[in-house]
Amino acid sequence: MIKKILTFILTGVITEVKGMNTKRKFIWLVFSFIILQGLFITLRRFLFGLGAVTNLSDTFPWGLWISFDVVGGVALAAGGFTLCFLVYVIGYEKFHAIVRPTVLTAFLGYLLVAVGLLYDLGKWYNVWHPMVMGNPHSVMFEVAWCVMLYLTVLFLEFLPVVLEKFHLHTPLRILRSVTIPLVIAGVLLSTLHQSSLGSVFLIVPEKLHPLWYTPIIPLFFFLSAVTVGPAMVIVESTFSARVFKRGLETPILIELAHFLQVALVVYVGIKIQDLFVRGVANKVFAGTFESWFFILEMGLLVAAMGILAIKKLRTSPGWLFTASMMVVLGVLDNRFNVSWIGMLRASHASYFPAYTEISISLFLLTGGILVFYFIARFFPVFPELEEGEEHEH
Amino acid sequence: MSKSILLDFTKCIGCKACEHACSEQNQLPEHPPEGKMDYKSYTTVLKRDDQYFRKMCMHCQTPACVSVCPVAAMEKTKLGPVIYHADKCFGCRYCMMACPFQVPKYEWDHAVPVVRKCIMCYDRISKEGGTTACAWVCPTAACRFGERDKLLELAHRRIANFPDRYVHEVYGENTVGGTSVLMLSAIPFADLGFRTDLPTEALPELTWTVMSKIPNIVITGGLLLGGLSWIVNRRMAVGEEEMERKKLKKGKNGGKES
Repeated sequence: MIKKILTFILTGVITEVKGMNTKRKFIWLVFSFIILQGLFITLRRFLFGLGAVTNLSDTFPWGLWISFDVVGGVALAAGGFTLCFLVYVIGYEKFHAIVRPTVLTAFLGYLLVAVGLLYDLGKWYNVWHPMVMGNPHSVMFEVAWCVMLYLTVLFLEFLPVVLEKFHLHTPLRILRSVTIPLVIAGVLLSTLHQSSLGSVFLIVPEKLHPLWYTPIIPLFFFLSAVTVGPAMVIVESTFSARVFKRGLETPILIELAHFLQVALVVYVGIKIQDLFVRGVANKVFAGTFESWFFILEMGLLVAAMGILAIKKLRTSPGWLFTASMMVVLGVLDNRFNVSWIGMLRASHASYFPAYTEISISLFLLTGGILVFYFIARFFPVFPELEEGEEHEH
Repeated sequence: MSKSILLDFTKCIGCKACEHACSEQNQLPEHPPEGKMDYKSYTTVLKRDDQYFRKMCMHCQTPACVSVCPVAAMEKTKLGPVIYHADKCFGCRYCMMACPFQVPKYEWDHAVPVVRKCIMCYDRISKEGGTTACAWVCPTAACRFGERDKLLELAHRRIANFPDRYVHEVYGENTVGGTSVLMLSAIPFADLGFRTDLPTEALPELTWTVMSKIPNIVITGGLLLGGLSWIVNRRMAVGEEEMERKKLKKGKNGGKES
């Protein structure tokens, strides 16, 4: 029995590898390296503690795993609720074709956030504690509940794809009948925890640099999540079109870019206005360490806005991808700035992630991409892909 | 009422008896080298110019660490101390992030780490007539334990009686809404590394003004989204119906004509 399974897997792997070109073989080699290394560091992290694999310290207790895997990850997984809002709540049926991959990306994204959090929590086995011993005054308590519930919503939103594959029609019908309430719950939960991740930093007015500390930081976290959502959808669609060698939904993506542009204008506009209201606009070009990171963050967004404003560029898949990628990086930089760069000076800390911290972040990201790849191959995520799937086997 | 500690740095002779008493009381491992503070110490005595001073948990009246802890592992007791329940903690370290004095320390080199900080000898002072180990051992009464309002009164009296000896400020009286540890010094507190730019408003207020709006957002947002999707779907359904009716009409008309 075991022999049979092993030969099945082995022959599967061999035929898979034989069918690849050199470029794909190389990518798989890199992936395997990242994963093997990640597994080894995982072992060290859980056997010897956070100090063994991170550069965290008493003056700087939150590092890359919070900045990238949790705070950044939640933002980048915002495509799910923005697209579901457009399609199901205000009836933008055009985008229906990209709902499935987007919901899958969001679901896996949030799973990664949860796994990343397990690495970061000192007593990870107590991760369930917020469910039974709460402190309603804590933002993190609220975020924990929202993320937990939203993960469930995303699971239920994606479940039809699995049920379809196995022809389970009764549960499918039941799930379909509650689609709208599910989506509304998802949008509400996302609105709450996306903004609340910003509220997490309201308690540190004495530590966070004034370029980023503002009483409306929750609003900014929400607006930037709505902005980066469509951008992530465009980036992810472009990648998967390449990987799965399927046609790119360019007209849909161009349409989506309109929403991206509107969101960008609103977000950047309010952000600049806020700088003047709080009287810190002069700090932007002060030439300090922080000011450069702020310029980078805003520059990426403004440049993307410029690209999207020109019709010729907006309608070319390459430029559309470039602009979206800039938005993704700009918002990611914002999360880094708030949770890391902007906290350094007043904390009297110096922090740069250890090699092992970066490796774990890469490991989780790679794991997420691989799981996406396999689910997309074996389940009807991209509807038009299914027939090609049949021919391959 | 609420208990407090008054530290008068001008009376401190730097004997470090408080450090040792503290380590013994709380069964802490070896005290880290001078000037350093980590999980092996709840308090440390330092020197600046010719004045000694001490660092420890300030036991805020409205503590940030208590307000941010998602599992209520930090607790502000009625007696005054901010205590820590290690069994509840899941190690998110938000307390360390939020603390304006950067007090809580973490056992980074432990596989199962907990947060460490002064708990104002909660067990000792819960008993009738109990004092903290540091106040009990201090030979010069530079560290005094008692009721907060009485110690505050005493501090102000000292400043009034010896205006040349002290900086005219009781550190902790109003800082971040007031703390249960009060300090007197001859050297400006900023020079000792204490933050003097902190607001007098309790920090948790900043979060609560936003948090308290959440029920409203959920109810209004839910109704708004529900209503929006109902209207949109209804309009689409009506639109489809009309299209079909028109088609039907056209069909009938077409039939007559032919």
